[in-house]
Amino acid sequence: MPRARSQTMPKLVLPKALRLLSRFLGGLAVTAILGFVLLPAFVVTLAAFNDRALLSFPPAAWSWRWFAKAIAYEDFQAGVRNGLIVTSWASSIALTVGAAFAIALERYEFNLKRALEAVLLSPLVVPHFTIGLGFLILFAQLGLARGYAVIVACHVVLVLPFVLRSVYISLRNLDPRLELAAASLGAPPHRVLATITLPLLVPGLVSGWLFAAILSFNEFTASLFVTAQRTQTLPVALYNYVREYADPSMAAISVMYIVATAMLLIFANAFLGLARVLNVEHR
Amino acid sequence: MTPRPLLRVFVSPAVLCAIGFAAALGAVLQYSLRAYVPGSLEPGGFTLANFTALLHPLYARVFLDTVWICCLTAFFTLVLGYPLAFALVHARSVALKSVILVITVTPLFLGEVVRTYSWIVVLGNNGFLNSMLLKAGLIDAPLQLMFTRLGVVTALVHVTLPVVVIMLAAALAHIDRDYERAAASLGAGPIRAFLTVTLPLSTPGIIASVTTAFAWTFSAFATPQLIGGGRVNMVANLVYQLGFASFNFPFAASLSVAGLMLTFAVLALMRTAARPFERIGLH
Repeated sequence: MPRARSQTMPKLVLPKALRLLSRFLGGLAVTAILGFVLLPAFVVTLAAFNDRALLSFPPAAWSWRWFAKAIAYEDFQAGVRNGLIVTSWASSIALTVGAAFAIALERYEFNLKRALEAVLLSPLVVPHFTIGLGFLILFAQLGLARGYAVIVACHVVLVLPFVLRSVYISLRNLDPRLELAAASLGAPPHRVLATITLPLLVPGLVSGWLFAAILSFNEFTASLFVTAQRTQTLPVALYNYVREYADPSMAAISVMYIVATAMLLIFANAFLGLARVLNVEHR
Repeated sequence: MTPRPLLRVFVSPAVLCAIGFAAALGAVLQYSLRAYVPGSLEPGGFTLANFTALLHPLYARVFLDTVWICCLTAFFTLVLGYPLAFALVHARSVALKSVILVITVTPLFLGEVVRTYSWIVVLGNNGFLNSMLLKAGLIDAPLQLMFTRLGVVTALVHVTLPVVVIMLAAALAHIDRDYERAAASLGAGPIRAFLTVTLPLSTPGIIASVTTAFAWTFSAFATPQLIGGGRVNMVANLVYQLGFASFNFPFAASLSVAGLMLTFAVLALMRTAARPFERIGLH
């Protein structure tokens, strides 16, 4: 007797004061969690401007010198160069492969479609050390050197799920009637693709590429397995530094990292609408 | 059957990637069944010895520890991530929404090394937390937070939080607001509407994000390595140690295979547990 029950149960309508209080407490909780998220960034910034090599809070004297030291450090410079080489190849390849496959997923039915999709999305849950170890062994068995190719191959597989998701979401928001109209007016498939589908997909493609590039540039665990001394990317160089030294150069480079990433994301939010790209907008 | 122009062009690059990825995983599987020849990088003949060696209490313990750390991390990430995701989706002002979004998402793109280093600066004996507590007179000696499970889990929660918030927010954003309005118009207060409508409808998102949090934590390497400092060991650390300190790649591979099977077992378990809820989520 659902009806009778709902009449006998007291209604949980809160008086106004209580409602305000619950809003206030909710806001407080969210602020505290955001504080937890921001705490390490805040602390590392303090440490980066500390004049002395030993940590002390609050710093007794301030200086920029760790920034100068971090920028001049050769391993970090090489790490940035290697990282940019790997990232530009990996994100561009992943974008091409991912965008093409996203179109096929959304528009066509074919054999093994779901299986292929599952394999390409699985790097999201397969531990990165397994993937890194796998590419290391595979390239060794094929007799290939530990150069850039193995890092690029590994990164393509790792960032592909993110590109796929990003392009797929913007494809879902695209009106298929526009393509049908072009086709019915006599445009051959490649022309529909070049003049209708791809131009309309630009936001999805740009955000997919941006995500792929940022993730590849920052990929650490798998990179640790597949990079050599000569090809180490920035995160690997940073890791090696943290293991050997304790001076605030690492804090300085972390600050530069945080500022650059935050600026990229603020840019992405302003021009691409981060909420839409991440699919977290209320319908 | 509908015509499928350009299908081959769209799908073949993806097939190539899937084959490369499968070959890498295949290489790990193959190595896990080969004998270790001390002093040589080439593996010996086929054997099951690696897997029987995994049953040694020492390794079994690392597996149990890893699963326990993953569960703790997934739980606390969910507890902190849900309010944040809820605030992100339900915030009234666009500016507030953007602030929450950028603060939450930025750490996702910072990479594990930078974030782990930042936590070392927070948690160390001369670190921020201990300095502040000592200065405030709340403690007499620094708290031991580095090299403890508490420290590792704290940093891992921070590393996993962004992806969980994004997944939960995506789930919450796709709940039709009419359900919540209907509950409100039938007299349910905000708390009751949340507990009886929003929370159950977001269960698929909760399961998906907990699963991902588990998989990501399982994959973490830098955090347990640097904050655990050898006293908190996870499977990833053991694999790296075996591969690059003792060059026992076959055993490292068998650990990876076992880790992969464990991950898939946990994912399957969670998916089965989620099945009754999936029907609620569809609309």
